[in-house]
Amino acid sequence: MFTKLKSLLYNNEVRAILFQVLAVAVIAYFAYQAFDNLMLNIEQRGIRSGFGFLNDEAGFAVNDNFFLEYSPASTNLQAFYVGIVNTLMVAITGIFLASIIGLIVGIARLSSNYLIKKIATIYIEIFRNIPILLQILFWYSIALNALPSARNSINFFDTIFLNSRGLYLPKPIMGFELYIVLASFVIGIVSYIFIKKRSNKKHDETGIKTNTIPHFLGLVLLLPIVAYFVFGAQLEYPALKGFNFKGGVDLSIEFFALAFSLSIYTATYIAEAIRSGVESVDKGQKEAAAALGLKDSWAMRLVILPQAFRVAIPPIINQYLNLTKNSSLAAAVGYTELVTIFSGTVLNVIGQAIEIITLTMLVYLTISLVISLILNTFNKKMQIKGN
Amino acid sequence: MNQLLKISAVSLLTIGSFSAQAGIFHSDTLKDVQSKGSLTCGVSTGTPGFSSPDSSGNWSGIDVDVCRAVAAATLGDAKKVKFVPLTAKERFIALSSGEIDMLSRNTTWTHTRDTSLGLTFAGVNYYDGQGFMVKKSLGINNVKELDGASFCIQAGTTTELNLADYFRSNKMKFKAVTYDTSAQTKGGFEAGRCDALTSDVSQLAGLRSTLKDPSSAVVLGDVISKEPLGPVVRKDDNTWLNIVRWSLNAMIEAEELGITSATIDDASTSPGVQRLQGKSGKLNESLGLDKDWSRNIIAQVGNYGESFERNIGMSTPIQLPRGVNQLWIKGGILYAPAFR
Repeated sequence: MFTKLKSLLYNNEVRAILFQVLAVAVIAYFAYQAFDNLMLNIEQRGIRSGFGFLNDEAGFAVNDNFFLEYSPASTNLQAFYVGIVNTLMVAITGIFLASIIGLIVGIARLSSNYLIKKIATIYIEIFRNIPILLQILFWYSIALNALPSARNSINFFDTIFLNSRGLYLPKPIMGFELYIVLASFVIGIVSYIFIKKRSNKKHDETGIKTNTIPHFLGLVLLLPIVAYFVFGAQLEYPALKGFNFKGGVDLSIEFFALAFSLSIYTATYIAEAIRSGVESVDKGQKEAAAALGLKDSWAMRLVILPQAFRVAIPPIINQYLNLTKNSSLAAAVGYTELVTIFSGTVLNVIGQAIEIITLTMLVYLTISLVISLILNTFNKKMQIKGN
Repeated sequence: MNQLLKISAVSLLTIGSFSAQAGIFHSDTLKDVQSKGSLTCGVSTGTPGFSSPDSSGNWSGIDVDVCRAVAAATLGDAKKVKFVPLTAKERFIALSSGEIDMLSRNTTWTHTRDTSLGLTFAGVNYYDGQGFMVKKSLGINNVKELDGASFCIQAGTTTELNLADYFRSNKMKFKAVTYDTSAQTKGGFEAGRCDALTSDVSQLAGLRSTLKDPSSAVVLGDVISKEPLGPVVRKDDNTWLNIVRWSLNAMIEAEELGITSATIDDASTSPGVQRLQGKSGKLNESLGLDKDWSRNIIAQVGNYGESFERNIGMSTPIQLPRGVNQLWIKGGILYAPAFR
């Protein structure tokens, strides 16, 4: 009996399973003990626990709010949602800008033009090597002190105003006319995609290229503008009343400072990822494209970049995730995103650190996983089929 | 086999020691403080007159004096205090996690904080209220004229909630720009990000004096909230709560009896003075302290009035009047329960 058990213990497969089961059991036990310990301490110290506070009245005001209904009479849960939307808004804006700047700078860095190449290199070396928090504080104080006060706002045709408090834009008034303008915009895009596809097909079959830029301008830009004037949809214009601009949409200066610093910081890493991607493409590809008579810009767009992206996308995904996580530095300049609202004000009012920090972490985890999922799918599409 | 046994033994031992910890719960703060030989006290990151360090790192202020009083009572030496600067957001976690022994950081006593954080307020060492500072160029004399204005506030304070309450009840609109520290709040105000800065009245005067041009701003007379500020301790240690509460009360009682740091050791026939001197009565026993605990507080820190005048009184740059923080016998609301 004992020898049988012993031989079973010395069996490699059995041992492997045994060790794994043991490891999981130990970790699970630790986690359980830690949780139990925590709950015991909370109870002994008389700290309130649970998620009931989410339905309590928030009682504080939030400066930046894009499209959600919120007032101090709203609940903590609504404040939480406002925080998530604000985090997403700054992350999306940042990712969009960082990608454009990164792509341009990355290609500029490989340019044969000495000046362009040097400017791109200097930009990357400066902004990549300064901590992001300092950059946020720097751009914020620049914006605060360089822009004029509310009364002396920079005025663009009495419709758009810029001052040290933010940017004020006209807001469409929801109504029948607005829906027609929006519908014409959607129709324009759909029909443009249709035309573009047909021209691509024609190009594949016959080699004749059609210029679709006029179609784009006409359908996507002109159509909604014409619809706007024909049906006369109303816009609410911002106007200076009392201390501040009222009406319209306002984007706070904190939002701009944060989105701007995050983009120019992250763009340096994206530029480097693009550069390494382009450099990874075999020199023969460029020469072959030239031999076929493709212009330099075409060779870049049609031959080099699609292959470069295969190498560049994974590090770019990392940078998108970093940008999103770095947006939590907003507290430094008072942009009201998730960490400022929820792990800041709500935490201070309610005091339930464990629940509030856990919820905040879950949001960041979810956002990061979603970004990874989307981009990994895109990455798979870009890879050479069959590899 | 040997290896397997070793691993199992080690893991069992670790688990054993881990679960043993679950039962232990520290609640004898006095013993901890006395065995460490110093008191760890949470203070602000720098509020002139309340708790702020000088150029050589010595802390002073009326909040700091409460820490020193407790150190004098428990250790016999008011200098044996380690100060931990905390932001408004960090303070309660630092206290409930045991990082500090007590919190004395211009903290408003509210129902929620007193009942749901596992903490208890030990008293009030300054009765404050929320006020406003505005740019003089706006020509405003009254809070009611601030409809639609934007305000710079420090995040994680009751100020945020009071502001929203006040404007809601008066059906006025406002914008709030919340910063992490008091210095950033001042920076935003100076740069014109907001029309007004709102904070506790006691801090406004100090903030105004540090502006590049103090005469460009005025502090409005309106006070929109009650802000009783006081020291906080953990709820699980009643003896410690009593020590902190009665250390503060001893300072107030001493002022009422007219004894100062200079006169505490003078012979007196008054039973009240004798009790405070530790010459009669057994007030120390139930606190677990030496007989001269209250004598040490007065001798080393002084009475409440001395602390007030030294840190925030009219002779200091803060220049706060006693106002409601005067003794009850002189028209204020400062009132220590009976020392017997």
